[in-house]
Amino acid sequence: MKIRHFAAAAAVALALQAGAVAAQTLVVCSEASPDFLNPQFSSQNTAYDVAAQIYDRLVATERGGSQIIPSLAESWTISEDGLTYTFKLRSGVKWHANKAFTPTRGLTADDVVFSFQRMFDENHPYHKVGSTNYQFFNEIVRPSLKAVEKVDDQTVRLILSRPYAPLLSALSVEPMSILSAEYGNAMLKANTPEQVNQAPIGTGPFSLLAYQKDATIRFRAVPDHWTKAAGNPDRMALVNDLIFVITPDASVRFAKVKSGECQIARYPNPGDLPAMRADPNLTMLSGSIADQSFLAFNQQKKPFDDKRVREALVYATNIPAIIDAVYQGTGKQTAAIVPPSLWSHHEGLKPRPYDPEKAKALLAEAGLPNGFKTTLWAIPVVRAYMPNGRRAAELIQADWAKIGVQAEIQSFEWGEYLKRGRAGDHEVGMFGYTWDYPDPSQILLSGWHCDGVKTGANRARWCNKEFSDLLTKANTITDQGERTKMFLRMQEIFQEDVGGLLFANAQAFTPVRKDVKDYKIHFFGGQPFTGVSLAK
Amino acid sequence: MLRFILTRVSLVIPTFIGITLLAFFLIRLVPGDPIETMAGERGIDPARHELLRKEFGFDKPVLTQYGIYISRVLQGDLGKSIVTRESVISEFSALFPATIELALCAIFLALAIGLPAGILAAVKRNSIFDHGVMGLSLTGYSMPIFWWGLLLILLFSVQLGITPVSGRIAVQYYIEPVTGFLTIDSLLAGDFGAFKSALSHLVLPAIVLGTVPLAVIARMTRSAMLEVLGEDYIRTARAKGMAPLRVIALHALRNALIPVVTVIGLQVGVLFTGAILTETIFSWPGVGKWLIEAISRRDYPVLQGGTLLIGVVVMSVNLLVDLLYGLINPRIRHAR
Repeated sequence: MKIRHFAAAAAVALALQAGAVAAQTLVVCSEASPDFLNPQFSSQNTAYDVAAQIYDRLVATERGGSQIIPSLAESWTISEDGLTYTFKLRSGVKWHANKAFTPTRGLTADDVVFSFQRMFDENHPYHKVGSTNYQFFNEIVRPSLKAVEKVDDQTVRLILSRPYAPLLSALSVEPMSILSAEYGNAMLKANTPEQVNQAPIGTGPFSLLAYQKDATIRFRAVPDHWTKAAGNPDRMALVNDLIFVITPDASVRFAKVKSGECQIARYPNPGDLPAMRADPNLTMLSGSIADQSFLAFNQQKKPFDDKRVREALVYATNIPAIIDAVYQGTGKQTAAIVPPSLWSHHEGLKPRPYDPEKAKALLAEAGLPNGFKTTLWAIPVVRAYMPNGRRAAELIQADWAKIGVQAEIQSFEWGEYLKRGRAGDHEVGMFGYTWDYPDPSQILLSGWHCDGVKTGANRARWCNKEFSDLLTKANTITDQGERTKMFLRMQEIFQEDVGGLLFANAQAFTPVRKDVKDYKIHFFGGQPFTGVSLAK
Repeated sequence: MLRFILTRVSLVIPTFIGITLLAFFLIRLVPGDPIETMAGERGIDPARHELLRKEFGFDKPVLTQYGIYISRVLQGDLGKSIVTRESVISEFSALFPATIELALCAIFLALAIGLPAGILAAVKRNSIFDHGVMGLSLTGYSMPIFWWGLLLILLFSVQLGITPVSGRIAVQYYIEPVTGFLTIDSLLAGDFGAFKSALSHLVLPAIVLGTVPLAVIARMTRSAMLEVLGEDYIRTARAKGMAPLRVIALHALRNALIPVVTVIGLQVGVLFTGAILTETIFSWPGVGKWLIEAISRRDYPVLQGGTLLIGVVVMSVNLLVDLLYGLINPRIRHAR
């Protein structure tokens, strides 16, 4: 059994065995082991979920919401040109300890500089320790970051090379966690720098006690965490112990929450939802995922460069039927590319109705009265935004056949599917994205901007100049009111120009036992278990 | 006997090379780019993609990659996981005891029930017991592991609440690993409660994993016994007035065991295959589940290393079985 030992593990074992704290132990059935304990290397939710307990970031997303709130930085200022972000750090923030390290000081600006520099500076002694693949930082933050400077012990400054409005939101995600510089130096001296990645020391509400790969991850609440002094119960650990029981099969997670072995079971099977709702011991929580699920018409291929053809295919697709059959009635049809869980979602946009006659007329107008032949890619994996790609493709195939469009369904292994999609091999492909941080620009920029046509990230190869210009501009100004207006207009442009066919905003569900109080499904980054308590 | 052992051991070398070839090339024949899979929907910048390909050595020709791999394997280096960047050997050795503990329990269960059931079915040929054993073993052999596991969980864990749903031990126990076998480690720690919990967690997965070997062993024992029971020397032994139990145990069973031992050796491979599914259903933190995840993530070093190490284990067990033949049947030992 792979076990990583951390301070007080034995004490925890004794306490747990005695059953003394059993009532204050929250057991969560999670879906997989984290790929890394250091979230800087990861782009996986499993790693984010662990890091959300152990580490803090300069700013945070409110639990279950999308607003950015202070965290390790109690306040910040942004220069008028949008190039300098100055963060005032909270005082009295303590670091965790483990067998190999006892901190002698609390959080300072040195820690923030250390955390950024190890990702940013290729000559930093920690840059190559563990991995060099700082995916989130490299893709999202690095392109606009120029320097990270310590102003004084409690003040740090980020200097950008160009204005980048989503920066604050991006800083709230787990890969941007703040690590201890003192721990880093101590492990470097001890010639065990990899310990910084393997035995994490953070400032988060829970410290890591033990990690058994593929079995359990054990956390203990930090008794004098800074959130208590800050008077923020939503971000306080309200249970003594938190245990993730790694249970990859969704049916088994359901069985465990049903039998009381877990109090929370994440990511249920859509097919189990009726039984979960019927269980008197369970409460079903739900919320709208920050996602996009769509058909990308490859607009570099004919006839999809013709807006009338794209519009005809949208009219010809019975999306409510897909929602019933594929999303088990749990998704909501949408015409807005910004999901309702994000600020600036356009509530006024109405999806085009299912209207095969109108579709036929549009095709005839486009010079294709008898339809045409095409290929339709079905997503090969189960995703929250697309629970059953094959089934959805079959329904679409049948719908399109009614207007003379003969679609041949194709699919590939997932890695291959993504690779070919990026290369633009598809004619019509099913794709989707989930937001990591609460800024509408994230997915719009990577998935729909004209720049993405060259890199292949824009799967539809849809390039609308007005849309892209607005998006570029929206990323340079920090006034949220102004940005909201721009994002609303972008959603209208997408709808008018038929950038793609949007399916639905999927709903996330989590069954929790009745004794769990105040659990909120979190949609951006790792799921926090602060603010959650157990009925006595 | 030495010549016999050397002959058997020399066969291991080409098998080992065969496994490295299969493990290395088969996974590369499967479509899918590990870096693209790792990046997911968000994708990865093409320049960084190329950088990672170089870092993992995927930019070199496949034969060169194989050469590098083999030379490292001969030095005892199976590489690092491209997902977790941890050494394959350390991940394997951390997870392997869990798989062995489960596999041993499963094979013990299969032998404890399969052998006597097969012997009795042969002795009481064409009786209701015989038909019952054969019918049940056919059912057991045909049952999909996934379905069987979920069925047992629903009945015994959810409905009746007498066994835990999944995992290796109840979450309230934290046992310091010494051997990696939780049943032994809990006893070493002097924690009887933890031992009981570990044992109760073994019951359902061992039944699920042991079902196919049990069915095979029961059927093979029956047919081998039937063949032996018809031999002249058995009739002679009976004619001499030897007690029926003594005839079966001493004369019939020893000779009937040879094909059964072969089957038991082969079942080790079946156990590892079954462990992949069983470990997934029961959230058992062993190498089966580890390999499944490695396949979906295209984690080449883990797949190559894991397959190789399991191959070595299966080969060793089969070598042991070959050597056991010599003990059971001296004719094999002395054959040239």
